[in-house]
This record gives sequence, structure tokens and C-alpha cells, in this order.
Amino acid sequence: MCHDDEVSTASPVEAEPDLTPDEITLVDKPWVTIVWNDPVNLMSYVTYVFTTYFGYDRSKAEKLMLEVHNDGKSTVSNGTREEMERDVQAMHEYGLWATMEKQ
Amino acid sequence: MSGFAWHRRSGRVIATFAGFEADLLRSLTSQLVELLRNERATPTEGDPLEAMFDFSGPTTEPDDPVLRRLFPTAYPDDEEAAAEFRRYTEGTLRDGKAAAAAAIIDGLEEAGLPPVLQEDGLVIDVELDPAQATSWLRSFTDVRLALATRLEIEEGDEEYWYSLDDDDPRSQAHDIYEWVGFLQQTLVDALEQGSRTP
Repeated sequence: MCHDDEVSTASPVEAEPDLTPDEITLVDKPWVTIVWNDPVNLMSYVTYVFTTYFGYDRSKAEKLMLEVHNDGKSTVSNGTREEMERDVQAMHEYGLWATMEKQ
Repeated sequence: MSGFAWHRRSGRVIATFAGFEADLLRSLTSQLVELLRNERATPTEGDPLEAMFDFSGPTTEPDDPVLRRLFPTAYPDDEEAAAEFRRYTEGTLRDGKAAAAAAIIDGLEEAGLPPVLQEDGLVIDVELDPAQATSWLRSFTDVRLALATRLEIEEGDEEYWYSLDDDDPRSQAHDIYEWVGFLQQTLVDALEQGSRTP
């Protein structure tokens, strides 16, 4: 199971004293993991991966799966760069086509 | 066969394969292992001397389209970051996928599949604990991605595949692809049933 928290417990103010509050929010969790549609993976399997790996409840997992299926992609998690690299690697382990980018 | 099912009393996932089905599954997973282990995950660019001392992993996309699909580029717009990501992850991912495929072969053989299938009417009963079942599930994905890449399967092209002649080898390969999809579907269902059962 992975991160599902919205609020960081780090104290970026001390680490980056020059940043304004808005910038602090932005540098906090600015990266996202995107899962892309492919013609192979079963809808039930994609939902299973989102519930199993991210710990999302069934309705959230199904909503994200349907976004992948209907819109071609879905943002499935956000966090620090390191966290997103872990998520992308995990998605590749499950055979999902995932990329990451900065918001 | 009827695919995988959750067995409540043992807390395991069970399936019964005909000998030829188990043999087919072994053949598919063996090919996957071979592909993952053959095209070595080593850097091919840059200073050859430096490359000799760089054991950490590849930095460029694999040549084989199946491997490109199994190990996609993580940063589509940042070549340098993509290379770094690949260097640190592809080797681990390859080893994990090869080990999961090999575990299917071992599981089938432990369940009674002989090295060379000769006997007609052989039945292979497979029992998997949840961790093994999850590993099989991921490996079925890899097998299906590999077959789909080779067959160049696209979204919504079912009509094309069903229009092919039955003895067309591509049609037969597509049948196998669909069969592994069926296995995967029943395995997802069985695992979800298991996770709801106390």
C-alpha cells in the first residue's frame, strides 16, 4: 500500500526560507503519475491494481479506470518526485503504461 | 476449463488445466523468460570503457517492441530523466517479471506437468496462495502485452480478428491471447472474492 495522504508533514519553510507560501504548496507535491489507455489491459485488472496498490476504495478506483478507458489517460497519484518514481515503477511492474510529469 | 476460482476453505485460488493447456501456458511463459533474459539490459551508448564499469542498468529504450511496452519511458519529455529512471529501474523490473514467469513454469511442473507432454487426458490441478496468485496475475499481463504487441492488436479491432480464417496462424495466436485474457479475468475475480471473504 502506498501514500494516500493529502497533507505533508514536512516543514518546507525551514528548508526553503526564501519561498512564498504559494510556492511552498507547489513544491510540496508537484509531480503526478499518469496511467495511459492501452488496448490490452482488462478494465477489471486496472481497477484491481488501483485498489491493491494505491489502497483506493472501489468507487475511486473505478472512476480512475473509466477515465483511462474513456479519456485515454488519468492522473492516478500525486506527490514528490521520488514518490512518483516509485508509483511509476510499480505501475510498470503491473504492466500498466505509466508516465510522470511535473504539474 | 473453467478458469480460476477462490477456494474458501483453504484460502487459496485453484484451477484445473488440461495437460495441453498447462503445456501452452508453460510455452508462453518460457518465451517471456527468454525474451527478458536474452536481450541484455546493459547500456549500449557512450564511452565503451565507461560502459564496462557501469553495471547499474540501461539508459536507452530496448530495441524489441515488446520490451519497449513492458518498460515504457517514464519521462516522455525529459530524455535525461528518462535515462536515469531506466538505469535504476529496468534491471529490477526485468528480474521481477522473469522470476514471476518462471514461477508459473515451476508451479505447473510441481503440479504434475512433465518436461515433455506425451500423455493424453492429463489433468493439472493448480493451487495458489494469494501472493502466488498475484504474481501469476501480473505475469498474465506481461504475456498478454507481449502477444498483443507481436499481433499488433489495437483498440476495437475484434471484428478483424473474428473475420480471419480459422486456420490462419494469426487467428490461432489471437485465440491464445483471448484465452490468457479469460484466465486473467477469472483470476482477478477469484482474488477479489478472496479479499471480501474473512
